[in-house]
Amino acid sequence: MTVINVDRLRKRYGDTVAVSDVSFTVERGEIFGILGPNGAGKTTTVESIAGLRAPDGGTITVLDRDPGDPELRRLVGVQLQESQLPEKMTAGEALELYSAFYSEPADWRRLADELGLAGKLTTRFGKLSGGQKQRLSIALALIGNPAVAILDELTTGLDPQARRDTWDLVESIRDRGVTVLLVTHFMEEAERLCDRVALIDAGTVVALDTPAGLIAGVSAEQRIRFRPSVPLDDTLLTGLTEVREVRRHGTQLEVIGEGNLLHAVTATLAAHQIIANDLRVEQASLDDAFVRLTGRAATGEHS
Amino acid sequence: MRVFAKLTRTEFRLLLREPMLLFWIFAFPSILVVILGSIPAFREPIPDLGGVRVIDLYAAIAIILTLAMLGVQSAPLVLTTYRERGILRRLATTPVRPVALLGAQLVMSLLTAIVSVALLLIIARLVFAVPLPRHLLGFAVAFLATAGAAFAIGLFIAAVAPGGKAANTIGTLAFFPLMFFAGLWTPREVFPEVLRRIADLTPLGAGERAVQEAMAGQWPAWGSLTVLVAYMLVFGLAAARLFRWE
Repeated sequence: MTVINVDRLRKRYGDTVAVSDVSFTVERGEIFGILGPNGAGKTTTVESIAGLRAPDGGTITVLDRDPGDPELRRLVGVQLQESQLPEKMTAGEALELYSAFYSEPADWRRLADELGLAGKLTTRFGKLSGGQKQRLSIALALIGNPAVAILDELTTGLDPQARRDTWDLVESIRDRGVTVLLVTHFMEEAERLCDRVALIDAGTVVALDTPAGLIAGVSAEQRIRFRPSVPLDDTLLTGLTEVREVRRHGTQLEVIGEGNLLHAVTATLAAHQIIANDLRVEQASLDDAFVRLTGRAATGEHS
Repeated sequence: MRVFAKLTRTEFRLLLREPMLLFWIFAFPSILVVILGSIPAFREPIPDLGGVRVIDLYAAIAIILTLAMLGVQSAPLVLTTYRERGILRRLATTPVRPVALLGAQLVMSLLTAIVSVALLLIIARLVFAVPLPRHLLGFAVAFLATAGAAFAIGLFIAAVAPGGKAANTIGTLAFFPLMFFAGLWTPREVFPEVLRRIADLTPLGAGERAVQEAMAGQWPAWGSLTVLVAYMLVFGLAAARLFRWE
């Protein structure tokens, strides 16, 4: 069953086109990722889905309703980028207050417990760590027992451990039957969490597939890296039909090609009595798919 | 209604955690009255003012001061900070409308003003025998009209200020001339004629006049009440049109 349907979404701010053509559907119970470089139109897309912005064109339905339908504010939990709380409000007060907004809220004490905030209920928002603030923000998005959770850049600014903890958390949210729309620019995050990913660049969807599918789309290409035991002429390898390109990185050679690349290269080296030291065969990752599809390097750290 | 009460209670709690703000709102107006009342000359009836004492005038001025601090300085700062920190935006994704938080902040401010003013009136009455407002209904009307004008101006500042810092600056810049015309430095009653006429057209000058008259036992001048309602409408409507939620 389709939970979110976005069809040819368009949105501009003045002369700047934020989103020019975005379409995708999110099915019940999936973790759907929106991936893309900064400024690609990810946040505008989710804010339109959350009913915070009116699109200039295209249609969006969430649970078969218009995003502006007040009923959706009960059914959709949203964790926005850079949404904070008053500095001196405690975590417990925030949870209690926000749970009063809903007719059938989750038990906020249990939620705090599950999110590892039980010991922080009397701590003021300003005194929470980045990870704790983020978890509180997620808790507030889940406090109304939503059917859909929209999480925007939820691990930005977190340390690697907190990021991994947050990933576990997102999986547990899905396990309780919540459909998750996740916005991220971390490849690793998308690869680890998402069932399907829409890759957005410059306001359009450039690819939509499972993370494995996206990687497979670029993995016809193979890369081999090694340090030859003696200097060698590039043409020795570029002459092979399997080899497309040879790059030098200091003493290291990077051979890019397809087909039975590894066999072709090692056979040629052996025939010339060259030993390939530190030989590595690189597998494509979502990073590579990203670079191939957007023509630029992914932003963000890689851990 | 239950949600609105909770929001208002939360705003109260947050105010109680701001010691500086608490001092200026609850203690400072009363302290001002006590300090001025300690000056013997201010406790003598002045024939030129129809036998009123300076301390009697300052009781009313301190009431206006309380409303000015809450409406023009504190409320815009809080509301712009809420916008700046994305708190209004977060609320927009819940079943509660962000305007409810705005309302809760105003109701909390008004209740706070009532408590602070009651404290001030009691101290002025007990220590300096300043009579309690003689025209109670008139006093309530004058007080609410002045509060309405002050909060409308505060909302307008919150609407146009890009951030908390700007709201604070604009609020402070507005505060001094507004309070000058309310007579904080020289009571309006001893202003030269021209200045008094100008003061009567400013929101807090009109407010001071209306409160003063009600305290002395008269129904506040309709002119003053009209000026107050006009400010409330003009700034309130402008704020409603211009207010940005994010």
